Amino acid sequence: MNSESFANRHIVIIGATSGIAEHCARRWAQEGAGSMTLVARNTDRLSEIRDDLTVRRPGLMVHCLSGEFLLAQGVQQLVDNVLAIGNPDIVLIAHGSLPDQSLCQQSLTLCAEQMNINALSPVLFAEAFVSHMEKVGHGTLAVLGSVAGDRGRKSNYVYGAAKGLVTRYLQGLQHRLAGSNVRVVLVKPGPTDTAMTAHLKQQGSKLASVEEVAAAITTGIASGKPVIYAPAKWALIMMIIRHLPRFIFNRMDI
Amino acid sequence: MVNNDLVKLTSWGNTTHDPHKLIMVNDRENTQLLANNTPGICFGNGRSYGDVCLNPGGVVWQMRGLNRLIAFDSVTGRLRCQSGVLLQDIQRTLVPQGWMLPVTPGTQLITVGGAIANDVHGKNHHRLGSFGDHVIALDLFRTDGSLLHCSHNSEARMLQATIGGLGLTGIILEAELQLRRINSPWLTTDTVPYRSLDEFFELADSSEQNWEHTVSWIDCLSGRAGHDTRGIFLRANHNNDAAEHNPDTSHTAPTGARRLSFPFTPPLSLVNRLSLRPFNELYYRLQARKRGSGTAHYESFFYPLDTLRHWNRMYGPRGFYQYQCVVPKADSREAIARLLNTIQQSGEGSFLAVLKTFGDKTGKGLLSFPMPGATLALDFPNRGERSSRLFEQLDAIVSEYAGRIYAAKDALMPRSLFESGYPHLPEFIPMRDPGISSALSRRLMGS
Repeated sequence: MNSESFANRHIVIIGATSGIAEHCARRWAQEGAGSMTLVARNTDRLSEIRDDLTVRRPGLMVHCLSGEFLLAQGVQQLVDNVLAIGNPDIVLIAHGSLPDQSLCQQSLTLCAEQMNINALSPVLFAEAFVSHMEKVGHGTLAVLGSVAGDRGRKSNYVYGAAKGLVTRYLQGLQHRLAGSNVRVVLVKPGPTDTAMTAHLKQQGSKLASVEEVAAAITTGIASGKPVIYAPAKWALIMMIIRHLPRFIFNRMDI
Repeated sequence: MVNNDLVKLTSWGNTTHDPHKLIMVNDRENTQLLANNTPGICFGNGRSYGDVCLNPGGVVWQMRGLNRLIAFDSVTGRLRCQSGVLLQDIQRTLVPQGWMLPVTPGTQLITVGGAIANDVHGKNHHRLGSFGDHVIALDLFRTDGSLLHCSHNSEARMLQATIGGLGLTGIILEAELQLRRINSPWLTTDTVPYRSLDEFFELADSSEQNWEHTVSWIDCLSGRAGHDTRGIFLRANHNNDAAEHNPDTSHTAPTGARRLSFPFTPPLSLVNRLSLRPFNELYYRLQARKRGSGTAHYESFFYPLDTLRHWNRMYGPRGFYQYQCVVPKADSREAIARLLNTIQQSGEGSFLAVLKTFGDKTGKGLLSFPMPGATLALDFPNRGERSSRLFEQLDAIVSEYAGRIYAAKDALMPRSLFESGYPHLPEFIPMRDPGISSALSRRLMGS
């Protein structure tokens, strides 16, 4: 990858306060992005991130927006506001929430909330952006799925199912846009050391560093990969997990 | 229930693996998380060697998540940042803009908070003092819920206690640092093999005037009967001529592909009696061949081991101790000779042995380590009793010469040596935050 690939690009990040998104933004800033639009459910921490990015790259234009993430009308409005700032070269949809599986099993309300934020919401954003990109014939859309979406497991299938929906949805988009100038990238991070997984780390899980994951994502996007496992070792691990016969898989405590 | 949440944690020396309760601090607004989980101790990037960052069975606040830069003034060179930012992140961001941290230790993989709490020093101590000399201000959260903005104008005493304060005065959330201008990321270096301690001290003295950075590797096995101590003296200055190297490529730090990792912990320490002598022989010869002047990128000159991830694994599953002391200038030649003698006689050895002189600046902090004199740092594979017996002998010499041990490296020093080495300790104690306690503070201060 050369450092020209992001020079003067306009990059839009939905869910910009997520740890992975923030570190992707840092890399893009360092690699020469021209402007960024950061979007989050609330703007409180966006200004901190904007300050950080502008120290990293003096002169970087950073716009901060917040708005509705769940209702179709509101998402369309928010995307229109983002597009009014300028045509995006890259859109990264990164928001999400990692719920406690057992709590989801106890509360349908929580289950519904989680499905909405992890599955429905990214789909609405992706559909809105991709329609615009198709119209102007330019752009790269990258969406954070998860290795959890590759196969349902008892320890987090509510989250996994939502990410699985994102996976299928993006497959469809890739099919639809094959041969066009619009690229669609599915990113599947493994467990990553961010605020979202703090409880996992507190329980002693070994997590990939967010810097390493962000590096895999930005280089993967630059090199035109349609599916990015981050770190790359998860491609192999998940291939094995996906192909394990059910009678073995069902005996595993994962 | 609570036990399920305890996780084994170690520091760089890898000698203990006690369970800790980890609290992730990712947001400076969430100080409730700190106040509600006490007593604890801050854990940055885990590069201190001993127990300064550990609290077995208790809480550690993991500070790496607080890693945002806040503001940089490109006229004055003042940087505000959160305390979990790595020095490497600051330098890779700002060196291309012509600014560098004035003082960094032998690794840049440490947090700003850790650098302040241990008042770390570098190879240019005689010019620029230690890290704390370049801290303009810091935000300190106390576990009683108060937030102190410490600078020379307000809470100056607390600033003095916090610099080198081993994390015991509060939780550093943010800091404002003075950076220095540089014209190039390159250094002009000079490599001088030396063949006696006298020669080392002459080199150190004569280099202070014209060289900003001085350090030496010492072959700690070389001074046996009939032989004199040998080593390699390194000195360097920053290049002022930006044109000397193409600035477009010269800022590119060695990254990614060139980073190697020590892949696993071998069952035995690779540093042992069999390997050490040929290691040192080879290293001396290779370095001696480089004698004379050269050019080096700042990262490879200052942080040679940062490219080898997990290098501490080479000491095997029992880990290693680092022994770093400083002895006052007046008798430093004699004291260093006695320390080296004792090490040779013990048969224990160290590959990573560093000898350097400090300048006349004493650290700003009440518990700062540097003092005018010579500092010796050596790694020893953990051999249990044998190691502690050797350290007792070394401690006796350090104590006799009124020297001190570096707490950031220490796991074993006795309380008496800590008390005699750090005369400002009685002033420091009342400045402590009662909600903070570490294995080190309990060992050396009783609470």
